[in-house]
Amino acid sequence: MTNASNPQATLSAASREGRGRAISLPGAALISVAVIYVALFLFMPLLVVFTQALGRGWSAYFSTFKDPEVLAAVRLTLLTALIAVPLNLVFGICAAWAIAKFEFPGRSILITLIELPVAISPVISGLVFVLIFGLHGWFGPWLVKHGWSVIFAVPGIVLATIFITFPYVARELIPLMQAQGREEEEAAVLLGANGWQVFRRVTLPNIRWGLLYGVILCNARAMGEFGAVSVVSGHIRGMTMTLPLEIETLYNEYNHVAAFAAASLLTILALLTLGVKALVERAERRALESSLEGAFAARGEAA
Amino acid sequence: MSVTVQNVSKHFGRFTALDGVNLHVAGGELVALLGPSGSGKTTLLRIIAGLDQPDDARGAVRFEDQDISGRGAGERRVGFVFQHYALFRHMSVAENVAFGLRVRPRRERPSRADIRDRVRELLRLVQLEAMADRTPAQLSGGQRQRVALARALAVEPRVLLLDEPFGALDAQVRQELRQWLRRLHDQIKLTSLFVTHDQEEALELADRVVVMNAGRIEQDGTPDSVFHQPANEFVMNFLGRVNVFHGRIDGQRAVFGPIAISTPPTAEGASAAASAFVRPHEWDLSRRANGRPGFWATVQRVHAAGPIVRVRLAADSGDAVEAEIAHERWRFLGAIEGEVVFVSPRRVKVFVDGRPSEIFSAGANGHGETPVPADQLDLRRVSLDGALAAWRERHTA
Repeated sequence: MTNASNPQATLSAASREGRGRAISLPGAALISVAVIYVALFLFMPLLVVFTQALGRGWSAYFSTFKDPEVLAAVRLTLLTALIAVPLNLVFGICAAWAIAKFEFPGRSILITLIELPVAISPVISGLVFVLIFGLHGWFGPWLVKHGWSVIFAVPGIVLATIFITFPYVARELIPLMQAQGREEEEAAVLLGANGWQVFRRVTLPNIRWGLLYGVILCNARAMGEFGAVSVVSGHIRGMTMTLPLEIETLYNEYNHVAAFAAASLLTILALLTLGVKALVERAERRALESSLEGAFAARGEAA
Repeated sequence: MSVTVQNVSKHFGRFTALDGVNLHVAGGELVALLGPSGSGKTTLLRIIAGLDQPDDARGAVRFEDQDISGRGAGERRVGFVFQHYALFRHMSVAENVAFGLRVRPRRERPSRADIRDRVRELLRLVQLEAMADRTPAQLSGGQRQRVALARALAVEPRVLLLDEPFGALDAQVRQELRQWLRRLHDQIKLTSLFVTHDQEEALELADRVVVMNAGRIEQDGTPDSVFHQPANEFVMNFLGRVNVFHGRIDGQRAVFGPIAISTPPTAEGASAAASAFVRPHEWDLSRRANGRPGFWATVQRVHAAGPIVRVRLAADSGDAVEAEIAHERWRFLGAIEGEVVFVSPRRVKVFVDGRPSEIFSAGANGHGETPVPADQLDLRRVSLDGALAAWRERHTA
């Protein structure tokens, strides 16, 4: 087999060359600027969070998590994510499917609307919910009559979080589904599969990595959201405080160790999310590579 | 299983994909839907499959006597092969083929062992037994297309529909797969329709060719009849290479560029736009005027690398002429680029207003063709001297 007929060999030769290339002076300068920048603005805050949190030793650090208020905040944060993420998973898939695979009136408006929570300031999002469900809002009086409270209560926090995190799954899936087209699904329908079978056996496996990626980002944002939640929460300690709000309150009370300890928890969650995200990306790339290798192997055979 | 399409129209916005199409395919027939892109052939195939719906209730699709217009794509039991295969990319070859059997409701589903046997049998049929565990990405284009075919056949379809089945393959694979598909069809005798824009493919493979253009069927017949008796200018143009000369019929005389024809007296006073068509292989080239009707033309370009010599000529009237002649004949002629030769058509087809001309086909050989009798074709005012003078002028400049 000649080298030309084996793109795999050519490809790996090319990447070997790229790796071995010497770094020029401007290149080195650029790289050091990037490294310094990252160290200053990304790594330093991380370091500060953990040094402050552990400033009075491990026992002080762990005592923060014995505080019932902090525990309540952790619970509420997890609860919110647990409700918001699955809902946005389902609706994100629905919206992406509708947009990517069908033509209907109002489609472009829907695409724009999905971007809305990313485009507007979270504080405004929170205020919108206050205006709708608040005491003097559209549904406020009706809710009061029926003894329900949304604003300054858990439902408001969940609603605001759902709103803020809605785009993550849908936005991840739309381009993926558009690129994949409808033919595989049509083929499945023609072979007699019903709607659920088409989704379960054809659509879902094709979007699984993109979906997981969207869910991870959605979850990260759901647990970290501050602005919108802050507006609707009312900061009732032990009841409507999520972890980010609790951190702010502790900090404002000069309880630095507790604030940074709580912050370190969120940071660990964020780092874990990034770790999982990297794993997902690697798995995705590996799946792609193996299919490419397969394609090369098949072509090599044909040659 | 015969397929009947009745009065089917389909619009996409303002675009007319199908305009009142009627078609009947007999059981066991292999029919080609041939046409340029945008002619509606794929839409027709998708409507038969149930993937698209006709615009209104007047349009109907029948399998035998059964009206299946209201049935969903999944209930029609058609095998459909997509141009780009549409294989399930996360499944192995065997899983792809088994899909249609596995998704059946439990009481209709064959046992695991039966499914396995059926898959093996189908993979043997498409000669891919060894590839059962590969994923589609690990196959070549031709192999993928065969998997798609096996997958479509797994559900024992009543009708097989193929959308540009060889469109994405390279020339050699396409040729092989084409012959293989013909043999397969002769073996299983399944009513089949395939869409193609490649006239060679349609003529070679199909029992019957349906030529489509702009949402309508232009002609429907055997490969031989659509090629030799084109119903109109479009079909003449679309099937095979052709030299077109536009002109007019005025009273007793018809002039098409360098070709002039005296019309029979029956066409008294008639004046109409008309076109004359000559296939490239239907020209005679010679050194001297051979007494037959013809005209002088300059050899511009010779393309001899192939089974036949293709010659591009320029008539003195300015019309370009493309001719194909055998290698021996070309060597015998011994002409080089820039020389002037005498060009005479053995056969001319004339269309008036897009339809084969009654005047010219009357009394012809019964195929609607117009072999031009010598007395009907007279030389235009092109003299040997004039042509030679022009040639000398070009070569001294």
